[in-house]
Amino acid sequence: MNIAKPNSYRSGPDDRGHFGIFGGRFVAETLMPLILDLEKAYTEAKADPAFQTEMNGYLKNYVGRPSPLYFAERLTEHLGGARIYLKREELNHTGSHKVNNVLGQIMLARRMGKKRIIAETGAGQHGVATATLCARFGLECIVYMGAVDVERQQPNVIRMEMLGATVMPVQSGTRTLKDAMNEALRDWVTNVHNTFYCIGTVAGPHPYPTLVRDFQSIIGNETKAQMQEVEGRLPDSLVACIGGGSNAMGLFHPFLDDPSVEIFGVEAAGHGLTQLHAASIAGGRPGVLHGNRTYLLMDADGQIQDAHSISAGLDYPGIGPEHSWLHEVGRVNYLSATDDEALAAFQLLSKLEGIIPALEPAHAIAKVMELAPKRPRDHLMVVNLSGRGDKDVPQVGDILRGKSK
Amino acid sequence: MTTRIDTRFAELAKQGRSAFVTFLMAGDPDPATSLEIIKALPKSGADVIEIGMPFTDPMADGPSIQAAGLRALKAGMTLKKTLELVRGFRKDDNATPIVLMGYYNPIYIYGVDKFLVDAKSAGVDGLIIVDLPPEEDDELCLPAMKAGLNFIRLATPTTDDKRLPAVLANTSGFVYYVSITGITGAATADSSAVSEAVARIKRHTKLPVCVGFGIRTPETARDIASHANGAVVGTALVDALKNSLDVEGRATGKTVNAVAELTAALAQGVKGAQQAAE
Ligand SMILES: Cc1ncc(COP(=O)(O)O)c(C=O)c1O
Repeated sequence: MNIAKPNSYRSGPDDRGHFGIFGGRFVAETLMPLILDLEKAYTEAKADPAFQTEMNGYLKNYVGRPSPLYFAERLTEHLGGARIYLKREELNHTGSHKVNNVLGQIMLARRMGKKRIIAETGAGQHGVATATLCARFGLECIVYMGAVDVERQQPNVIRMEMLGATVMPVQSGTRTLKDAMNEALRDWVTNVHNTFYCIGTVAGPHPYPTLVRDFQSIIGNETKAQMQEVEGRLPDSLVACIGGGSNAMGLFHPFLDDPSVEIFGVEAAGHGLTQLHAASIAGGRPGVLHGNRTYLLMDADGQIQDAHSISAGLDYPGIGPEHSWLHEVGRVNYLSATDDEALAAFQLLSKLEGIIPALEPAHAIAKVMELAPKRPRDHLMVVNLSGRGDKDVPQVGDILRGKSK
Repeated sequence: MTTRIDTRFAELAKQGRSAFVTFLMAGDPDPATSLEIIKALPKSGADVIEIGMPFTDPMADGPSIQAAGLRALKAGMTLKKTLELVRGFRKDDNATPIVLMGYYNPIYIYGVDKFLVDAKSAGVDGLIIVDLPPEEDDELCLPAMKAGLNFIRLATPTTDDKRLPAVLANTSGFVYYVSITGITGAATADSSAVSEAVARIKRHTKLPVCVGFGIRTPETARDIASHANGAVVGTALVDALKNSLDVEGRATGKTVNAVAELTAALAQGVKGAQQAAE
């Protein structure tokens, strides 16, 4: 492909929210004034030291940051190659990286005077994080979740309800994450005057992909400093799973201009790339959905196709626009892992390190199992352990006992 | 250049009445019945016909129109067949304006330039693309204007005076005022708020202003038509169509008539209204 290499991979998007041809603002007119307000509020907040100070306080004492960078000695020994470090986002309050972004957006909502918060969720982690911060700040919280996901992520549904949120099961379409997002957008169009839409990943209309990335970049910034402290240098490679791509973008972004760092994003290959899967880059092409242009799974007529992954958090037919751009300019390598590979990785990490990962980062671990043995013993590899597996214990338990597929 | 839309609104203005604009989904419940329905609309009193381009993820539509799109897709509807539908309609009717309404992705995938050529030659007069605000005019709006198609923009209650000029800048044919913040088929339009909003928009443009979302009955249609240059009805017609289907969602002998009868009743409502003073 004939795409000019930029001077910096970190300067995007342009002022209209484009990363190359990707991104933009493809939404109904009703939402445009609010989206422009949000952009303005975010620009002002970024320049306001009080906003940063307040946020840092909550990040430290409420979320529990910094999250550790842990050397996975037994996994390293087992795979016999690269030295593997786990960035322990699963230790955050609420159990995943999602809380970093939600904290930022809820603080923005407060600045904008919005009292009603809506969110969409797949695995429920973003919903739980949103419900948690709404409880903390006394805000009304409504979470849209596909009916299929409500079934397979019961523990998180119960948590959200305990936190005082209303979970709205979505019956339309494929009844998974993409339909939850459609339904959240419908709610937003209807209640635009008092409602803040807290988007869970680096997707949606500009400025969401940017602001979510910025809030998640704390992952990569900490990793940089922590690796400097323990190994005295930059890591050699980074690996993270991709649903929409927020945990990956958070880890990757601070390293994009460090050419020595190899970067791998792992999509969900479901039953395999020739069957049902959720790998938008491997199996899709550029299109327009949910407010942005990006790689999407669709048919020849531009109709959006069903995604499938064992992991509800990766079960989305698109990917954040910045990832689409990083793919086209060749800065990040996008790989994919199947349901079965993720399940094997889930068990391996549990047994070797005593850490039960969520099914989402198990996809990243699956690719580490392939990549690490091929790297020399002084190679430093960081995997983003984006969430813990508590929510997946019932589902994986059933699969391992042969009760379901 | 003058389009069928311009001509039609000029005629209606001369008669001193507002337009009745119908919306139905292309290919609902199947391509053949859909063509019969569309053909029946002008005879029943539709002045302008909007045809939905089915899409899997219609994020600004309510359950009725969503379901209509899925019925059409299930029956094998595509964007190409939507253009064939218009071509079929044009065989007997060269005057009634046809506006395609939908979401951008199917057009983007079809190829914008090819789509505009094919749409124009099929007899399409205008486009309403819900997810292309003025900020994305380069995508389709500007090329459509060049190709001789009207690009009709939605203005909403959140479009304030500061933003209106941007919304109106590249709009032609008519302005579509969405009378509620919300999805299709939800709330009922409030007539005094609508009349204020239409007056506000008219301070910024000479284009006709049609009002849609939340009009279901002949009475509301008359009321809205007395404040605007046109009243748009979608969900109520789609519901009438749906209620005529058999348990498996297939057309019955009643389907075409069910839509035609409601169209006629609504048209009577609109025609009973005096057009809003300029
Ligand atoms: C633990 C975990 N990791 C990853 C993801 C995928 O989201 P993203 O790609 O935005 O990081 C989710 C989404 O629910 C998640 O719960």
